[in-house]
Amino acid sequence: MDDISQKLEAFNCPVPLSQHEAILLGHGSGGTLTHELIKCLFQKHLGNEYLNAGNDAAVLPSSNGEKLVISTDAHIVSPLFFPGGDIGRLAVCGTVNDVAMMGARVEALTASFIIEEGLPISDLERIVVSMEKACREANVKIVAGDTKVTAHGDCDGLFISTSGFGWLPSGRQIAGDLAQPGDAVIVSGPLGNHGVAIVQARGDLGFTSSVQSDVAPLNGMIATLLESIPDVHVLRDPTRGGLATTLVEIARQSGVSIELEENKLPIDQAVRAVCDMLGLDPLYMANEGKLVLILPEASAQKALGVLRAHQYGQKAALIGKVHEKSSGKVWLRTTLGTTRVLDMLTSEMLPRIC
Amino acid sequence: MTSSIPVDHRSPALTLKLAEQINAVITRPWNIMEICGGQTHAILQYGLDQLLPEQIRLIHGPGCPVCVTSLEAIENALTLAGDPRVILTSFGDMLRVPGASTDLLTARSHGADVRVVYSPLEAVKIAQVNPQKQVVFFAIGFETTVPAIAASIQHAHRNHINNFSILPANVLVPPAMEVILGSEALVVNAFLAAGHVCAVMGFHEYLPIAERHRCPIIVTGFEPVDLMTGILMALRQLEEGRTEVENAYSRAVSLEGNLSAQALIKEVFEPVDRKWRGIGLIPQSGLGLKDKYKAYDAVSRFGLAPTPIPESPLCLAGKVLQGLIDPLECPAFAKDCSPTSPLGAPMVSAEGACNAYFRYQKGN
Repeated sequence: MDDISQKLEAFNCPVPLSQHEAILLGHGSGGTLTHELIKCLFQKHLGNEYLNAGNDAAVLPSSNGEKLVISTDAHIVSPLFFPGGDIGRLAVCGTVNDVAMMGARVEALTASFIIEEGLPISDLERIVVSMEKACREANVKIVAGDTKVTAHGDCDGLFISTSGFGWLPSGRQIAGDLAQPGDAVIVSGPLGNHGVAIVQARGDLGFTSSVQSDVAPLNGMIATLLESIPDVHVLRDPTRGGLATTLVEIARQSGVSIELEENKLPIDQAVRAVCDMLGLDPLYMANEGKLVLILPEASAQKALGVLRAHQYGQKAALIGKVHEKSSGKVWLRTTLGTTRVLDMLTSEMLPRIC
Repeated sequence: MTSSIPVDHRSPALTLKLAEQINAVITRPWNIMEICGGQTHAILQYGLDQLLPEQIRLIHGPGCPVCVTSLEAIENALTLAGDPRVILTSFGDMLRVPGASTDLLTARSHGADVRVVYSPLEAVKIAQVNPQKQVVFFAIGFETTVPAIAASIQHAHRNHINNFSILPANVLVPPAMEVILGSEALVVNAFLAAGHVCAVMGFHEYLPIAERHRCPIIVTGFEPVDLMTGILMALRQLEEGRTEVENAYSRAVSLEGNLSAQALIKEVFEPVDRKWRGIGLIPQSGLGLKDKYKAYDAVSRFGLAPTPIPESPLCLAGKVLQGLIDPLECPAFAKDCSPTSPLGAPMVSAEGACNAYFRYQKGN
């Protein structure tokens, strides 16, 4: 069936943006539409070697041997408070994690608040207190900020945009295009908890579960990991689009294929149950406190030991390996021994009908 | 209802054992159609087709609710969505399905008030808290979604919630099976009936169909063990020359089904002729509101009367839905048609065959 394989390959090249006249929610899903928007609009006009690298953060040269790592992230989430976290914790952890995923020591953050007229000040204070707590945990400071207020109805409660920077020790190289054939693929814990917590917090499902968002700063765990294991090739946080979309990005960037073992994937029972009920796939649900780690197989067991000793990596698991083919595909070997391909998330995840 | 012996319906060992039995039983080629798109997706998700002998051809049936919702119904929904007085509510899957001009997600991005609900009762609640608006629920789906829709109508009626109505587009499975079995272009040797539909309706409706068309029908669930059991039971009948209705989903389905749900449906709805997208008009294959509840029909409330709309000539969804071709045989597949820019509904829905083939990259 080579013919089909060519057709599917052809689709990997983004279709022109012009087919959509207006921004859809799917353009913010982290999946294919988001990638099209980034490639066909932002990179087209604003592109440069740093932006086009497509990593979680940019690595800039500096004079003292260490390189400057910088990242920015806008946070919108409805509702503002959800089981396991809130928009403030998310805004700190999201950017801390993006900088840390490059192997950098996170130095400081900036934060911009876009606030809708009418937001209770007590809510805003709860969120800011939560940010302070997350900063303390991540050992990072917010060193600059800005506040704007929109008219009622012009934004949904509160948007927070954070930027972060850090320093990359000389000689350290971690990026999405460095996965090598033979490498092991590790994930730091159960998948899909944040996505499911948000779906539930939006309410009206007619049932509740114990699922909590995993939102957490991972820079401490990464620092410990890199101290004992210097030969890490790729680190990335599987946020929007979930593990599947993140691994497809890495496979395409590195020109490799990745094989996953379904029975090794850590997924909490409650997450699986909610996803089953709604027709959602945990592999495409967002995580905000997990990392994907790709490194030489010889270091895999040691890395698992380091991760499992940390509070945010207790359920870390070796989930697959990197293969040579340049297809940029991610394969799942099912518990039945059959295989299927995992592609990027297409658009918004919508629950099925029956 | 649960079976007395707990069984893991995703058990790899049991699934592989069933695959062995299937391989041992089969002596010649057979065509088996799984009715429901949920079953198609499970087959591809678990790679069950890779465990089956080559002599079994699984034909994917029309059981994808958004796929068979007519273009005219979608255009009606788009017209309503464009009306500033209206809040249009719908199951999520329907929002991406292309109509003749656009889809509901795009309409929403242009400012239409289109809301995803998980249950039609939520739509009634939206009507209650927005008394100045008209709230319309896009009533799509097979027999599975109808009881909750009927309950929402009754609830609105009892509580005098007069700003709620539905756009009726529900369809029924047995008439579509009759059309498929009457087709000369397609030979279906056995059916896997949709377990969820049978949980509501029971399976007594299938007894005359199996007898008249000499076709085994197996009531089948959605997990790997369910599907492999259904296939094995169908094969045994085919190889032995039997044509019966059997139940491979007894933990959820009984002969008579859910009688109170059926009574609710009968109270509110009656069978009507309905156009299926890609297939055409099937007599008595849809559900319309009975006279007592006619006031809740958005078509008459808003005076909707769309003209028939032709399908894109590039899209072969009709043939896919009737099992005449598989998605890989469509020239537009993964070229002019993909989940981000779908030509037809089967590429959109989580239950559509084209979407399943694309998502799991079948054949690649």
